[in-house]
Amino acid sequence: MSIQEWTWVTVGLTFSMYLYIGYRSRVASTRGFYVAGQGVSAIANGAATAADWMSAASFISMAGLISFMGYDGSVYLLGWTGGYVLLALLLAPYLRKFGQYTVPDFVAARYYSKVARLVAAIAAIFVSFTYVAGQMAGVGVAFSRFLTVPFEVGVIIGMAIVAFFAVLGGMKGITYTQVAQYCVLIFAFTIPAIAIALLLTQNPVPQVAMGEILAKLDGIQQDLGLSAYSSPFSNFSKLNVFCVAFCLMAGTAGLPHVIVRFYTVKSVQAARWSAFWALLFISILYLTAPAVAIFAKYYILNQFSEMGPDIQNVEWVQNWIATGLINFPEGGITDAQSLLDSINRDIIVLATPEIANLPPFIVALVAAGGLAAALSTASGLLLVISSSLAHDIYGKMIKPEATDKERLFVGRLMIFLAVILAGILGIYPLGFVAEVVAFAFGLAAASFFPVIVLGIFWKRANKQGAIAGMSIGLAFTFIMIVLMRAQNVIPGMDAPIIENFFGINAQGIGVIGLILNFVATISVSLLTAPPPEEVREMVEEIRYPGEAPEMAGDVH
Amino acid sequence: MAAEKPEQGKVKRESIDRQAYWRSQIRRTIGLLIIWAVVGFGLSILGVEFLNGFTFNNMPLGFWMAQQGAIIVFVLLILSYAILTQRAEAE
Repeated sequence: MSIQEWTWVTVGLTFSMYLYIGYRSRVASTRGFYVAGQGVSAIANGAATAADWMSAASFISMAGLISFMGYDGSVYLLGWTGGYVLLALLLAPYLRKFGQYTVPDFVAARYYSKVARLVAAIAAIFVSFTYVAGQMAGVGVAFSRFLTVPFEVGVIIGMAIVAFFAVLGGMKGITYTQVAQYCVLIFAFTIPAIAIALLLTQNPVPQVAMGEILAKLDGIQQDLGLSAYSSPFSNFSKLNVFCVAFCLMAGTAGLPHVIVRFYTVKSVQAARWSAFWALLFISILYLTAPAVAIFAKYYILNQFSEMGPDIQNVEWVQNWIATGLINFPEGGITDAQSLLDSINRDIIVLATPEIANLPPFIVALVAAGGLAAALSTASGLLLVISSSLAHDIYGKMIKPEATDKERLFVGRLMIFLAVILAGILGIYPLGFVAEVVAFAFGLAAASFFPVIVLGIFWKRANKQGAIAGMSIGLAFTFIMIVLMRAQNVIPGMDAPIIENFFGINAQGIGVIGLILNFVATISVSLLTAPPPEEVREMVEEIRYPGEAPEMAGDVH
Repeated sequence: MAAEKPEQGKVKRESIDRQAYWRSQIRRTIGLLIIWAVVGFGLSILGVEFLNGFTFNNMPLGFWMAQQGAIIVFVLLILSYAILTQRAEAE
């Protein structure tokens, strides 16, 4: 069977499985809809968090970016795993102890303010939309190459699937579908890597094989006039590597769709264990991705150094030219740099099994894995958007007297509208999938992370401080990103309005937003009245072990 | 972490235990975050050129640290946190 036929089989099978699970776990209450009835086990929640977390960016784009950036690509590896340490130590257990449904719920209770809830809900919607657009674009890439349907049709198919299980099952449907999606994506990522490692070095462990290939790759890159793969700071300065990694870490810990996963487990202890399981599951992919990056670059450059410009006629190159994701310049390629410049980073993971001549069903498995990654993340994000709109804005602010049934209906309606909007954003994307996602992290790092951490660890933080901090952090980061990416964001601009901020680029700028947020929250809090006694007692309460979210009788 | 449990009235004992628990929790958190910062930023980014002078599994050590070692350490940090906190809670 051809790659395309195999792809229809793997995609068809996995999609039917998701639909079946989504149908089986449909829900009838808002508690089920938003937090899966808080009955998910730590391991299942870990797997679901991992799938929720590992997006099209992690699966499809990350290894490609690392492949082209070498050492500097470590920012993604460090940032997207290191953030879990912050999440597990500083946020997850305390937010679980607090209970409730959404991140704005916590912000609203801790900062006793409807304005704070509104700001938090808007930030959650904003961050999630930035991120979800990237997922939908990822779905489009996978579909257009492997099922040879137009990019837009691919996005629409993805939207339909997500809409089905998210609208029916809410968080419960999403959680159990994500567990299945994790299994699909991790097999799809590791099996080709193991096969390639065996092929290249006779050693099946990619993490070991990568050492041997890296030595060869460093040599080839230098022969071709590029800097060695492993040499640091050839794309980003040390300052930028530092800032981008930090921004991704704080952003990970502040992403509402990741935080909300910890509301779904049974207890505080389960929240801590589930953070461990999540990072363990995630690390399987993250430890394999750098190996895939090295293998891919080695294959491409090795082929180029053997064939020279004739590489344009190789079958895999031709296949990707057809999708428009390899774009050779007018006069054809002349050197290694011009070859690399004409390849879209997003295709590396999808193309590597093909380049290595692996059997068609493995190539097809990768396509199914990429779709699982994109869909699982998209569904988690859409739930956050829907809960921010339906629970925080409609249920708590517009119509607090709404019945459970009405809220559930609005929740479903919002998720449906969000899917459509996300699809439109996916069809008209802002840039590379991972780049778009990287901005979501800057925004999350600059808005949520500081006020949540201070809310737990500093009782004196008050309403005025939090509102000032969130607005300043978010506004600064957003404006900076727009200015530095003006050529992509503002119509009619063909150059950035400012190049960088004291040497920090758009991906790392969230660090400055985060610092401004901390400074604003602390100074404004100190200048205004301390929070009321019951808020201090609430903070006191979430710091200590115990089970039920409401332990009002236990206050001394 | 050795929180002593004096045989006193229930209310008072609880509030003492709570303070001791929170202090030990802060100590654990800060300790683990220091390891996080040293490995994630110190060894993997700031000191990468220096570590690259050594080799591990055919790779420059700094490069290996940033792309493999740090991730393994992060997983172990969260594991230790879950175990240590669970133990403290039992006390």
